[in-house]
Amino acid sequence: MGSTSSTLLKIPNVEVLMQETGFSPAHMIRLHDRFKALDKEGRGHLCPQDFGAIKELAMNPIGDRIIGAFFCPGKETVDFHTFVKILAHFRPVDKNRPKEPNSPEPINSRSNKLRFAFQLYDQDKDGKISRDELLKVLQAMLGMQVTEEQLESIADRTIQEADLDRDDAISFEEFRKSLEKVNIDHKMSIRFLR
Amino acid sequence: MESYLFPFDSLICMLLGISFTVWFTLLLVFIIVPAIFGVSFGIRRLYMKSLIKLFEWATLRMERGAKEKNQHLYKPYSNGIIAKEPLSLEQEIQDMRRGGAEPEFDMSDIFYFCRRGVESIVDDEVTKRFTAEELESWNLLTRSNYNFHHISTQLTALWGVGVLIRYGFLLPLRVTLAFTGVGLLVVLTSIVGLFPNGRMKSYLSDKVHLMCYRICVRALTAIITYHDRENKPKNGGICVANHTSPIDVIILASDGCYAMVGQVHGGLIGVIQRAMVKACPHIWFERSEVKDRHLVAKRLSDHVADKSKLPILIFPEGTCINNTSVMMFKKGSFEIGCTVYPVAIKYDPRFGDAFWNSSKFGMVNYLLHMMSSWAIVCSVWYLPPMSRMEGEDAVQFANRVKAAIARKGGLADLLWDGGLKRGKVKEVFKEEQQKLYSKVLVGRSRHVISVHSKCHQ
Repeated sequence: MGSTSSTLLKIPNVEVLMQETGFSPAHMIRLHDRFKALDKEGRGHLCPQDFGAIKELAMNPIGDRIIGAFFCPGKETVDFHTFVKILAHFRPVDKNRPKEPNSPEPINSRSNKLRFAFQLYDQDKDGKISRDELLKVLQAMLGMQVTEEQLESIADRTIQEADLDRDDAISFEEFRKSLEKVNIDHKMSIRFLR
Repeated sequence: MESYLFPFDSLICMLLGISFTVWFTLLLVFIIVPAIFGVSFGIRRLYMKSLIKLFEWATLRMERGAKEKNQHLYKPYSNGIIAKEPLSLEQEIQDMRRGGAEPEFDMSDIFYFCRRGVESIVDDEVTKRFTAEELESWNLLTRSNYNFHHISTQLTALWGVGVLIRYGFLLPLRVTLAFTGVGLLVVLTSIVGLFPNGRMKSYLSDKVHLMCYRICVRALTAIITYHDRENKPKNGGICVANHTSPIDVIILASDGCYAMVGQVHGGLIGVIQRAMVKACPHIWFERSEVKDRHLVAKRLSDHVADKSKLPILIFPEGTCINNTSVMMFKKGSFEIGCTVYPVAIKYDPRFGDAFWNSSKFGMVNYLLHMMSSWAIVCSVWYLPPMSRMEGEDAVQFANRVKAAIARKGGLADLLWDGGLKRGKVKEVFKEEQQKLYSKVLVGRSRHVISVHSKCHQ
């Protein structure tokens, strides 16, 4: 057992991190332990192969995309800071958080969760999900189980339903609107234990 | 003074004598006789259910009480960071449907995969759906492990009582049973060995082996559920199972008769091996022979070709005593070219004692540890037989079998090996996920998709 404060001090900038992400000290320590466990060679940062070594993630149809979400464009490594900030997206929404007018939106807000999901579709980061990008995701999730024709018809129908300004692509706003009835908090949150 | 004590003395002796007799009679009636006949009174299952209820109640009550009083400090020994929802893909996607109409693709479907992916990044072990404080107490009560730490006095008291029961009552009982089982095995197989070869001998040998393994199963208080028994291995085949603990052999052999494969040991195990081989043909290799792959393969194929001999039981990971080399894959068994009967064994993580930290404990230590735990609960699935397909080499076939076993037994059993074609196995699993998802979408609404495609032409 032992007190948390000595372990916490080993993590650089932990106060700032906790503020930004909303994780408790106990969570930070566990995530740090997990980070160290994933970083098998002890380099202090993670690379795509470290993520690839997670068996369940390798089996996930969109595993590659999720890994990609951790790496900023151009960067080949993920440090603990970034790791925690990305995971913070999956914290359940704080219902009791006071709405301060000037504070930035918390990372785990509904909007930011949606943005994270949007990013998984929109790989070229142009702010829109094109028909091609949608097809690629469908291919990843369905593989050889469905014919090309069926994939295309699913993609067409989805765009038809969601695309309100008829530009043959789904912008973030259209994405958000089409999912307004979905309980994002429940579906995009992980129950972190204390 | 002395004459005063004598009556009490003989009274005490009498009482002791009676209690021993009663004890042994109970043992015989409730444990050994059912083992001989292969029936079960259901006592172990009842025991397991009551244990679980008791621990759940104790866990919840105590931790709720403690929570009201003080703040919990971070406990570094717990196993889980997050609580995972054990809902299947189908259920999750159905939950997400707005309006519950026919399942068609929805952009929110990606949430399921996304969440599962991130969950596995944070924690890729199976954790039960408890909150953190409950998990702590649960671990403390159900696992006879060495990292005791104080949570509350009530819990410590309960833990103390548990230790007393386990070490004072259960352990001696189990050790007695284990010795009985092993002793009977040696003696009876030697006796059966005296018979001339023939149907009578095989019949007797089967009965003897089964009986002794069943006694050993009771010696560990293993509560095993067998699934899909129609796929049980038949003569002339090889049974392949995943290897999670040394007692896997006992678990499988108590439900069917197998020919064992292994190295000849000295000491007690050597005695057992020599006795067993008198009753029916097992395959024991000398140390020098193990290195010779061709010899090994030849002996295995010869055994398999003889239909009167029992199916061979092989654990492809090998009974590695040194667990740091995770997978020593005997692809040799897949080269033989006969039917393979995969079997998946999965231990219930709630009673987590089956896993062997071989770098810390030796075999005897491990067995004692096992016998002083509450129970070992596991499930065994017999999978349909598989054969090598055209154009598939031994490694690919082995991977396919492993994938089938891991899938049935749960993801946690999957083992990677750096040397094998990693990509191939990954694809197999991704395919499974894709199949599941497509069944939810397309399987039920095939007509909807085809209607749409007609419209778009």
